[in-house]
Amino acid sequence: MRRIDCLESIYDRLADCVVVTIMGAVAVELYSLGHRPNFFYLEHAMGLASSVGLGVAVADPDRKVVVIDGDGSVLMNLGGLTTLARYAPPNLAHLIFDNESLLSVGGFPTATATGSDLTGLARAAGIANATTVTELTDFTAAAEAAIAADGLSLVTAKVEAVGPASFHMDLHLLENRFEFARALRPDSRPRGTPAGAGDRPDPTSVAPPTGVERPPAP
Amino acid sequence: MPVSAGNSKLVYDALLDAGVEVVTALPETWLVHLVRLAEDDPGVTLIRLAKEEEGVGISTGAHLAGKRSALLMQNHGFLQSVNGIVSCAQLYKIPLLMLISDRGHLGERDPWQTEGGKVTRRVLDALGIVFDELGHPDAVASQVAKAMTLAQSSLSPVALLLTRDLMWEEPA
Repeated sequence: MRRIDCLESIYDRLADCVVVTIMGAVAVELYSLGHRPNFFYLEHAMGLASSVGLGVAVADPDRKVVVIDGDGSVLMNLGGLTTLARYAPPNLAHLIFDNESLLSVGGFPTATATGSDLTGLARAAGIANATTVTELTDFTAAAEAAIAADGLSLVTAKVEAVGPASFHMDLHLLENRFEFARALRPDSRPRGTPAGAGDRPDPTSVAPPTGVERPPAP
Repeated sequence: MPVSAGNSKLVYDALLDAGVEVVTALPETWLVHLVRLAEDDPGVTLIRLAKEEEGVGISTGAHLAGKRSALLMQNHGFLQSVNGIVSCAQLYKIPLLMLISDRGHLGERDPWQTEGGKVTRRVLDALGIVFDELGHPDAVASQVAKAMTLAQSSLSPVALLLTRDLMWEEPA
């Protein structure tokens, strides 16, 4: 199972979520499928994507937050799993791509290569709704269920240690940061409207400008 | 316990006046009243941390989602959080308000607090973080308000040191 195929399988589903990813291959691959204003790529601060997602989730309980994490990053913030479990925001789904390596920085094996089980760690931390998948169809079903769930959910996806040919993203991290914060503003869109819907304006939702003279219809 | 309940309440009320809705904290002795005030306040979301650096990430997420927050921790927790502060809050221009208990400074009796006490101000300086000391009850409200104002306008971390003079009442 490849991470890019997993991401592609849920890409449409992410349109009405708030998405926080880690750096490196995860960010680049999601970006390569098509950037949306509701996607935030944490390009540094390894380990903190789940904490950022928790902050968004408690600050904006009306939106579904999807954290897309990796084994190396989760291992750097294992305590964060206990904090997630403790507050268990019902609007948070934590997806972890476990390729058993630090792929973006040379491919050295992580502790999951020698048996550390992230789903087991999450369950032991108190995240009861945690599962591991190894096949694409299982991932798609588990991720969609996690996103639809009214409760904290975690999915560990065992994926091949392959990544993008290039790590270039034509999006400065500050541009991403400000665009994302704007997309999360309550007045940026009506509640219930998909966060990604800004890409494709719905003509029915655009009110005609007031005070502007319109030529008579021919 | 000789931690000042009255001055803790002054600090807490100042945080509320500054618009803080999310408080992240790793409890330590000087912070007990502040943490309990947040815990008992239905208008505030309190998140107790396993490690202080998480609070930097949580404050980042809260800010991006439009909420003001404060991170309460000991100075050793600040030292623990340095990479998160640099690589998340500073890199991403986040107005992170940190309230840091000033252990290991003048009057400290616990030997284990003293090494961190020696370097706290210099590390804040090295990181380019503007900071001030909360020492006098009369000035707390104004200092907290101004710290939040600067954090929001500069989109940067700002630190307030909770000093012994403010937080600790020596037993009579």
